[in-house]
Formats: sequence, C-alpha cells, structure tokens
Amino acid sequence: MSTAPVAPVDPFAAGGSAGPAKPSSDRSSARRALPTAAWWAVCLCLAVIFLYPLYIMVVQSLKTPTEAAVAPPTFFPHHFSLHSFAALADSATGIQFTQSLVNSILVSVGATIATVVLSTLAGYGFAKLRFRGSNALFFVCLATFMIPFQAILTPLFLVLLKLHLVNSLWGLGAVYTTFQLPFGLFLMRNSFAAIPDEMEEAAQLDGCGVLRSLWRVMLPVAVPGVITTALLTFFACWNELFAAIVLITDQSKFTLPVSLTELASGNLGSIDWGLLQAGVAVTVVPCLIIYLLLQKYYVGGLLGGALK
Amino acid sequence: MTDPQIAAEGIPRARPRPGTARTGGQAPRLDASRPPLLTRSSRRRLTGAALTAPALLVIAVFFLVPLVLMLWMSFNDWPMMGGHHFIGFANYSKAFQDGEFGASVWFTVKYTLITTPVLFLLGLGMALLVRGGRRGARFFQTVWFLPVVIGLAASSFLWLYLFQSDFGPASTLLGHLGLGKASTNWFADSWSALLIVIAMVTWKVVGLQMLLLLAGLRAIPADVEEAARIDGAGRWQTMRYVIMPLLRPTLALVLVFSVAGSLLAFDQFYVMTSGGPSNQTITAVFDIYRASFVKFQLGYGSALSTLLMLVLIVVSAVQMWLLRSSEETR
Repeated sequence: MSTAPVAPVDPFAAGGSAGPAKPSSDRSSARRALPTAAWWAVCLCLAVIFLYPLYIMVVQSLKTPTEAAVAPPTFFPHHFSLHSFAALADSATGIQFTQSLVNSILVSVGATIATVVLSTLAGYGFAKLRFRGSNALFFVCLATFMIPFQAILTPLFLVLLKLHLVNSLWGLGAVYTTFQLPFGLFLMRNSFAAIPDEMEEAAQLDGCGVLRSLWRVMLPVAVPGVITTALLTFFACWNELFAAIVLITDQSKFTLPVSLTELASGNLGSIDWGLLQAGVAVTVVPCLIIYLLLQKYYVGGLLGGALK
Repeated sequence: MTDPQIAAEGIPRARPRPGTARTGGQAPRLDASRPPLLTRSSRRRLTGAALTAPALLVIAVFFLVPLVLMLWMSFNDWPMMGGHHFIGFANYSKAFQDGEFGASVWFTVKYTLITTPVLFLLGLGMALLVRGGRRGARFFQTVWFLPVVIGLAASSFLWLYLFQSDFGPASTLLGHLGLGKASTNWFADSWSALLIVIAMVTWKVVGLQMLLLLAGLRAIPADVEEAARIDGAGRWQTMRYVIMPLLRPTLALVLVFSVAGSLLAFDQFYVMTSGGPSNQTITAVFDIYRASFVKFQLGYGSALSTLLMLVLIVVSAVQMWLLRSSEETR
C-alpha cells in the first residue's frame, strides 16, 4: 500500500525535492542525464499533450451551438454559453440525459456499497477466521481475475434473463459487484491480514464479539483499504460500457456511457459536438475531482493491489 | 500459514482465562455448569464461513454458473428464441473456418502488438523522467495520470471529436502542421483509424504504466546502481544489465496489463470506428458481441468466448511463470 507515496530512495532523488543545495545534490545534479531546463521542457510538452484533449472538452462544451458547429473550430469560446448543458438537462431533445446521470449514480454507488460490504466481511473472514477450505475458496475467488467478464457475458445474459434481471439497474449493479468483488476481496483480505492478531485478541478479551471487534477495532485500522476498494469499484462502474449496452435496452435505464452513444448518434444525422462534449464533461469531471481529492488512496491501492 | 492461527486460538484460552472468567460476571457460571455448545475456535470458524458466504454466493451465481453454462452452450446450437440442441464441436470447427472471426482475431493481435511496445516505452520514459524526484516531478506525475481515471467510452467520444474532419481541433492542428488536410476523414481508412485509436488509448493508459514502472524503479535499492557505477558501468549499461533484470516482476505485470487489456478491446472501437470502415476494425470481443447480441447465435458466441477465455488464461499463466522465475533468480 505504501509503495507510491514513499520518498524516493535512489541517489538521483537526493537533491531534487529537498530544496536548497546540499553537497550531495550538487554531485547528483551534475550526473543527471538531462539538464534542468531540458527536463522542464520535455515534461511541460508532455503535460500540454495530456491536458489538451481535456481543455478541448471543456471549451467545446461552453460554446454557443452556432460556434460549436463552426469549421475550423475556434480555440476558445468567443461567447461563453451554458446552452449545451441546459440542452442536456432538457429531456425534450429526446435523450433522457439527466435520467442517465441519476441511473449512473444509483448503479455505481449501489455496486460500490455492495462490493465494500461483501468484500469487507469476506476479507475479514478469509484473513482472520480461517475455516476448513477457506484458503481454497479464496484461491477460487482470485482465479476469477483471470477470466475477463467480457468472455462470460453471453451466458450471464441468460442467467439474468432467468432471474428477471435483464434490463434492470439491479441486474447491472449485481454484475458490476460480481466483477469488482475479487479485487475488493484481495485488497480487504490483505488489509486485515496486515493487522496483528494481538489487536483482535485484546478486543475479544475486553468482551467484544467477532462482529463487534470487526466494526470497532479492525475496520478503523483497515479504512485505507476500504476507501481504495470503494474508489476502484466506483470508477469501474461509472465508466463501464460493454455490459451496460448488452444488459440495458430501455432508454430510461441507460447509464452515462450508453447515453453518450445516443448523443453521438445525432439528431437527423448531424451530431451536435457541443452537446456531446458537454455530456462527456459531465461523465469525466466527477472522476477527475474524486481522483484529485483522494489521489493517495487511489494510487496507493492500485500499486498495493498490483504489486503484491 | 497455520502456525499463527493455532497460536491465535490457543493462547488466549490458555493464558488469561481464569482471570477474565472471575471478572467476567455471568458467563463463567454457565461455563462451569455445562460445557459450551461450541468451542471458541469452532465458533470462529463458523463465523468465518458465515462472513464469506454472501460474497461466495454472489460469485457463484453471477460468475461460476455462467462459466459452466458457457461451456455447455458452446456445444449447442442455441438461438435467442426457441429451443437449443447439442451439436458437439460444430461451433468450434465453425469458429476456425469463420473468416470474419479470423479477421477480428488478426486485427486484435495487430492492435495488441502495436499498443504494447508503445505503452511500455513511453511509460518507461515517463517513469525515468519523474523518478529523480526533482521539483515539479510530483505535479507532472499527477497531470500525466489524469486520463487514467477517465472512462474509455468518454475518452473515445472526446477523441472522436478531436479527429473529425473539418470540425475537429486535432484535424485542424494537423492541417496547420502540414501533416494532413483538415478535411481528411481519418476514420475512413482502417490504418489511420487504428492509429488514432492507439493514440487515444496511449493518452488514457500510459499514466498507469508509468506509475507501475515508477514503483518498480523505486523499489530497486540505490546502492545497487551506485555499485554498478563505481564498477565503471555507463548509464546505458546500468540500465540494461542492472536495472532491467531487477525490474522484471514489474515488467511482467506491465506487459500483461497491456496485453490483456488490448486483447479485450471493445469500447474504443465500438465508439470511434463502429468496426468500420467495412468491418476492418472489428476486435475479437466486438465479434463475440455481434455473434451473441446482434445475430443472436448464443451457442456460437459462447464458443468464441471460450476460445477468448483460454487465450487470456494462457496470458495470465505466462505472467505467473515470469513472476516465479524472476523470484528464483533473485
């Protein structure tokens, strides 16, 4: 978990972020492959390339409809307008974008809660309350990592059909939960396994039952794991397209990515690029904000999960 | 593995039991009068089973059942409507003669073979740039990683607009730079369409590769590099003979990430090219989608899915093998 944010250990790092020159930083900077100016130039160029599409997304969504349809495109909006966003909210256009936004929130939050609860309980069971066959079962859960859900979507469709969960947000949420569970289990089991047994024993000597000691003693220590599980699940559900296309046919139940395909199929053959980019912005901006706020957990969890 | 468990169950009962029993109030009298129904350790085991049961149930219903069903379906002619019947290996032999499926597999391999080295080399370059931890490195790391959190579908729609003919800002830019005309329809040619998709995927994914490689690089002890340098190794030699071998577990991980991700590509082609022009950019998953949910040949779709699954299991197995052999050489 701690791989990302730790201070770099290699000699090049000695002077870099440490501020005023120490003798060692002089030596290492002399050995650097790139002089500082060149390093800044390369990094800035890359940053511009990475930010450029996001900049285009924002400015295009803030143009008036006429300006959004101009060729060649203007580099920045000459008249700021929230028209595209207003049009998104207006269901008279025939696309229920607001409904899709609500659906996406419902499915993503629902699947996130389900994944966190299930993987916390099971992760605790696998880590601390081992029973006959628990290791084998955990291995089976991990093996599901190897099989991509894209491969089993065809039979899954039939199973959901039998359970009357096709074309239902509950069904979609259940599918998302299932496919985020193995990673959640893995993270939570590792989080709990890292807590010394003595802590739990102490809680139980004080008279806590298993569930109470999980809730009062273990969970607070495992909070970073919970946040990471929640973040990764939320992002995955919020952005998922393939299962949503296959399992949802009713426009009133579309999630955001599916709704975008509706926006892109256009009205009478012409696509409103301002409207589409406003839709993209609504889909993208929440992810960016959440990432920037909770970066530490997101990055740490990715590394912890991937490298262990 | 079992030692700490035994200790955990054994110690508390053996050591402080009498003391706590006396201060514990009601419970000890019950304990003394008759033996408890369940011992503490078996109660813990039962609780463990109960806590894991919900998650296991979900995985069983929505994963293991479909998995078994898929294998069974792949041996059947299984239309969406009406009955199904057993046809043995007919779906599989059909798959190996199916020109469209073959083309989609070939296209997916082509896409994977181009994407993987591009992602790897750029990711490694970026990781080396920010590795030193110079002032500003953390900022650039964050900016480069931003697109990773964006969905593949959303970024596909963004890039679809960027490269529209006449209207697209990136097309206009290419026109200004003399690399093409602004009016070029980049999506009308399968190669230029593929290159734009790869550019989009690189933009979106390379930050993750950078992050993983960076973590791998930082885990290499500084004195190893120092020793190589003292022994007179140049920068390139240090990289080739010292850093790369030590980085092997991370390399395996990064390669499998991009290979598996590319083999499963769907969103970007569904959104940006719809498989066109003339079905030249259909990936394997896209073809499975068409077989199952456009042509409604669920049995055939299952056979194709089974083949895809086998390929991905092989990829994962190769990863494990790479990781294991690198541990042995340590």
